[in-house]
Amino acid sequence: MKKKRILFCALALLVSVALGACGQGSKSSDTQATESASSENGSATDTENADASTKPDTSSDGTPTTGGSVVLGMTQDLVSLDPHETTDAGTRSVVFNMYEGLVKATSDGDLEPAVASSYVISEDATCYTFTLRDGILFSDGTAVTVEDIQYSIERYAQIQGETSSFAKAVDSVVIDDENTVSIYLTEANSEFLAQLTVAIIPASNATPAGNPIGTGPFRYVSYSVGQNLILERNEYYWGDAAYLDQVEFKFIADTETAFTQLLAGTIDILNYLTTSQVQTLETQYAEQFHVVEGSMHLVHALYLNNACEPLSDVRVRQALCYAINRDEINQFLFGGASEIIGSHMIPALTTWYEESTASMYTYDVEKAKELLTEAGYGNGFDLTITVPGSYSQHVDTAQIIASELEAVGINVTIQEVEWSSWLTDVYHNRDYEATVISFDGDLNPSDWLARYKSDASNNFFNYSSEEYDSLLEQALAAIDTNEKADLYKQMQINLAEHAVAVYIEDPADFVAVSADYGGYVFYPTSAWDMSTVYPISE
Amino acid sequence: MSLQYFIRKFITLILTLLLITLLTFTAFTIIPGDAAISKLGTDATEEQVEALREELGFNDPLPLRYINWLTSALHGDFGESYQYSGVTVAELLTARFPVTLLLATLSLILILVVSFPLGMLCAMYTGKWPDTLINQLSQITMAVPAFFLGMMMTWLFGLVLKWFQPGAFIDPFEDFIGCVRYMIFPTIAVALPKIAMVVKFLRNSILNELHQDYVRTARSKGVRSLRVLYGHVLKNALIPVITFLAMILAEILAGSIVVEQVFGLPGMGRLLITSISARDYPVVQAIVTYITTVVVLINFIVDVLYQFVDPRVRTTS
Repeated sequence: MKKKRILFCALALLVSVALGACGQGSKSSDTQATESASSENGSATDTENADASTKPDTSSDGTPTTGGSVVLGMTQDLVSLDPHETTDAGTRSVVFNMYEGLVKATSDGDLEPAVASSYVISEDATCYTFTLRDGILFSDGTAVTVEDIQYSIERYAQIQGETSSFAKAVDSVVIDDENTVSIYLTEANSEFLAQLTVAIIPASNATPAGNPIGTGPFRYVSYSVGQNLILERNEYYWGDAAYLDQVEFKFIADTETAFTQLLAGTIDILNYLTTSQVQTLETQYAEQFHVVEGSMHLVHALYLNNACEPLSDVRVRQALCYAINRDEINQFLFGGASEIIGSHMIPALTTWYEESTASMYTYDVEKAKELLTEAGYGNGFDLTITVPGSYSQHVDTAQIIASELEAVGINVTIQEVEWSSWLTDVYHNRDYEATVISFDGDLNPSDWLARYKSDASNNFFNYSSEEYDSLLEQALAAIDTNEKADLYKQMQINLAEHAVAVYIEDPADFVAVSADYGGYVFYPTSAWDMSTVYPISE
Repeated sequence: MSLQYFIRKFITLILTLLLITLLTFTAFTIIPGDAAISKLGTDATEEQVEALREELGFNDPLPLRYINWLTSALHGDFGESYQYSGVTVAELLTARFPVTLLLATLSLILILVVSFPLGMLCAMYTGKWPDTLINQLSQITMAVPAFFLGMMMTWLFGLVLKWFQPGAFIDPFEDFIGCVRYMIFPTIAVALPKIAMVVKFLRNSILNELHQDYVRTARSKGVRSLRVLYGHVLKNALIPVITFLAMILAEILAGSIVVEQVFGLPGMGRLLITSISARDYPVVQAIVTYITTVVVLINFIVDVLYQFVDPRVRTTS
């Protein structure tokens, strides 16, 4: 099960969840922010999702101790241990434990200094100057130098390729003195800081993939292709030392097998549980596991090829938005725990998220029929939805959509393809009508929204809007956060109004954690942070 | 056992390998999906994809690509995996082969040890209760799909009885005994349906022989029936059974995909599946070569075995 940024990325918000001895019936009295966020939202209609033990349980009566080891099960292998090779969300979530950039993401969606101890952004947002953290060491005990920083940034740009946005943005990396380094940009970009989570690795290491060295809280022990990656606590870490002595990321062929291994105690943490698995844990294994609920921080949607008849007609696309019942999908797949969205942005990025888009289209079959008649498709049409067959979540969504669209006369054919075919035909060659998939992104709003720019290489929606392009340009150049946020919000409204896709939800993520451990934290970026996980003392 | 015979078999092996690898190669060029795009994923720029395609040699003409693969393979070099950067195909396969070989060996032993006595028992008591009972059990076992059997076994012995820990596979080079202990249940999952088939096959084969004239002759000479069974009948009855066992062995050596998946064994079958979906052509091609070689070799060994078991084959060939 692989791949790419799309699909699965982990996370979720502001919940820092401490897992205590939460029995099945223990109602958590102080549920944190996530929950209130989701109930404010469109999902307020769901009444039956008030199941106590799936809520983040912050009442932990277990005391953190150090030592021990934890096994996290994942249903994909790693693409590369070299942090600069393009990696998928799963791989990035794992190597997060070994590497750090000049800055790193925090669980509440901010950036904090890491390899650098402080930074200054020039007023015109074209120069970022970093001060190297005093005395910081790599996991092999050697000192981090400004040369390593220069090397890492340049290497990353080179691997990404000349046409990549990163390489185009960086003009030069200049060593000012032995403690400071400045990154000059080709044009003003006030959002570039989030890109500087690029891992800093030693320039002297000839094989970063085979012998990974970084500055993260854990260091590399061993990797067996198709089996596992083992990490241990990095004793040279500059920050708070990890609680655990050792962490194993175990690759398991499929979700059912992984779940069996969880029940057997072979693995301690498993994410992306299905609702039926959550039920099994709650009814039969409540003593042994906690189920922590967060969000996957993905934009799950029915994406449309805007260049293809009849989807090129905005009225047809709007009709699809009215004809699809997003609450039904949410209820069926996630027991109503997901957050309904209406544009290409996740609610967790509170500064940038435009809330009004979520309610722009409500389920209304009559309205959908009207719009279709207006567009000249009163008798409906044939639509093929191409989905990657190995992702049951997407296949199930497509099936629900197919039955809903039948009501407005649209005859849907679901075409299941292999992931590799999907990437080539649908994503790369844009040879499709509609598809169900999820996209992830980083803390930059542009990372989510730039793909809709008319000439973006990853604009596989074939969306083209001059207004949108100009908004994006202004947003990237804007330096004032409020002004920037306003522009990004306008862009989200633009996408929603033009019904570029049928945006469904930011899917809920259920993670099972063994009752012996606490401290599992969700991130709004791809990160399974094991440094906060601790064994609970008896 | 003439040299000529050996050479003929060897040529068959070479031709089969050429044909199969060529077919795999063709299949890979026809099916949708692209290894370069698969590896780089959705973030890839056009430039990166093009560079990787060039590096992997995708821009060469098709016949040249096959010939390139063939010449390296003849030198024992199966190249590097596409999906795992910097890992050679040889490394991947040698890491997995011991697991598959161990599973195959254990399963074969279990099949032989259990099915022969049962098959003979059935034949001796045809129509009586032991025969009926074993027959019914075989029917049921054969009807159960391997994945279901595997899942039931992990649930019963792993989760309920806790006789083994699902997923806690132990590397055979670290702790051989521990590894064999973990392998017991996968072995049973592989062997059980095969045992049922061998029992049925052997029973029918023995019954068939028991009706032959030479058996009547032997009995009329006063030879005791058990001695007839061991001394004469079994030898003849074994011939078709050996062929059947060979097919089973080839199948297990190719990797029991389902069982490996359910029990979390890092074997060949699992590697084949992941490599196909990642369009990891070098790995798939190497595994296909391996499977073909195993099948042809086992057939060859069976042919040789025949000559020992059945003198008639010797005279006619």
